[in-house]
Amino acid sequence: METSTSRVLTQEMIAEIQEMYKHFPVKSAACIEALKLVQKHYRWVSDQAVQELAEVLEMSADEIDGVATFYNLIFRKPVGRHVIMICDSVSCWVMGYEKIADYLKKKLGIQFGETTPDGRFTLLPICCLGTCDRAPAMFIDEDLHRDLKVEQLDEILERYP
Amino acid sequence: MERPLTEHIPLDGSWLRLKDYERVGGYQGLREALKLTPKEVIDRVKDAGLRGRGGAGFATGLKWSLVPTVDQIPQPRYLIANGDEMEPGTFKDRLLLEGNPHQLIEGMIIASYAIQADYSYVFLRWGYQFAEKALQEAIHEAYQAGYLGKNILGSGFSHELSVHISAGRYICGEETALINALEGKRANPRTKPPFPVVSGFFGRPTVVNNIETLSNVPHILSKGVSWYKSLSKCEDGGTKLYGVSGKVKKPGLWELPLGTSFREILEEYAGGMLDGYQFRGALPGGGSTDFITAEHIDVAMDYNSVPKVGSRMGTGTVIVLDDKTCVVGMVLNLEHFFAQESCGWCTPCREGLPWTEKLLLAIEEGRGRMEDLKIFDDLTRYMAPGHTFCALAPGAMEPLQSALKHFREDFERHIHEHRCPWK
Repeated sequence: METSTSRVLTQEMIAEIQEMYKHFPVKSAACIEALKLVQKHYRWVSDQAVQELAEVLEMSADEIDGVATFYNLIFRKPVGRHVIMICDSVSCWVMGYEKIADYLKKKLGIQFGETTPDGRFTLLPICCLGTCDRAPAMFIDEDLHRDLKVEQLDEILERYP
Repeated sequence: MERPLTEHIPLDGSWLRLKDYERVGGYQGLREALKLTPKEVIDRVKDAGLRGRGGAGFATGLKWSLVPTVDQIPQPRYLIANGDEMEPGTFKDRLLLEGNPHQLIEGMIIASYAIQADYSYVFLRWGYQFAEKALQEAIHEAYQAGYLGKNILGSGFSHELSVHISAGRYICGEETALINALEGKRANPRTKPPFPVVSGFFGRPTVVNNIETLSNVPHILSKGVSWYKSLSKCEDGGTKLYGVSGKVKKPGLWELPLGTSFREILEEYAGGMLDGYQFRGALPGGGSTDFITAEHIDVAMDYNSVPKVGSRMGTGTVIVLDDKTCVVGMVLNLEHFFAQESCGWCTPCREGLPWTEKLLLAIEEGRGRMEDLKIFDDLTRYMAPGHTFCALAPGAMEPLQSALKHFREDFERHIHEHRCPWK
């Protein structure tokens, strides 16, 4: 494990995690919320963060890692400044999401699961986004883009420098 | 036609604030419930014929009645609103969460009173940020107004409510997996029995109900059982949110009487097929339901009628298959999803679904063999209900086995022509 002396969790973050587990009978129940909090600050969850969370939540680091690797929206590897998540589920498939995905892969020069060399975008496939009447759909960071057409994609990407 | 669940949702994309919700009768259902005993509340919901809107269609009042009494198992006891909504093709709870969060909160407080739960959670899927914001603000309003917290409306009943936002995975919608996720664990399903109503969240009595189900509850209490039953066109009560996606003119979501015909939903509300496309079939209630075809188009969309044509109501959100879309490709897409979303806890699902996906990919790419179709029958049997911890794998096989029944010639053409005829 890393031996860095600089702490990943700030006092403010620890206080926020303590606030989270107040709602539950045991501290470990706040594990997923705490992982998301770390990710909100750093965009991903490092080994060091897992170690520090283990102390705060009174769990073993392995236990936390078991949880972190189960959930697809906890990133255990660094991601780009912007994460594109394109829905590959059935309604978006019927409505032609593959054209959207192929265009993005070609334009960005990366495959699913990869990050552009300049660290700007990570491209991921994602399960149904619950907006099937406006398929195809994708998230970029916190923004939902729907009724996608290939012609719009250049303009949409420009909004994420 | 009455639309109690959606009629007050603002059309400008905002949500119904507390003062506006109260003006249209909000929290009257709770006031009524608190005048009754918990048992009387359960009986009303039973008599109203409310069935779970999450997919399985279990009778809500019956589920509540299976919770042991407080004398048998004291508090803490829990209610969880299942807002995971990860079934492919399903987008109904989003509307209720984003537009009318107080209706859900009121339903949760009434349900909690009925089962004497002192704590409840909304388990919300990721990616519904607007719903999360509306819900958090509405919960704050409800606390300020005395609908949540200690001694609600002077009744002596106290209740706390908070929200958990999921970090992904379809399996979280399965109620025992959801409970594990809420406990901060990997979302593997649990062995049943014991059922959550006896031993759920941290081993305490726990009821898990869908968002749409709970949103029905205030209306049953405030407007009565006979009114509620009259909303429906079938033996079960209420309205239903029906949705349609795919190559139709007006994809969307509508609140209609439970038991509205499939044809009416498809032709009148969704506007029929896009020009140049023919209807071939549909998954009537999300990705894990069996295909129905043109011969079933007049089926009433309710819990007892859809099984008569070999499928399930599921979530009531229809995914349409048109004549220009390859059914093998569509089923491959679904099985890829289910194989990926299998939690890996039990062997038939962990091994069987990737096998199914590989065979389908081979057929789609022109490498299939006729023997593969026989293997699908075997796999369907291996992953049948009772062979797995939860309903993920049996549900996953529903679109495949029904596609083999209704569209077998499409699979055979792929195999004989060594290619996808739709490409």
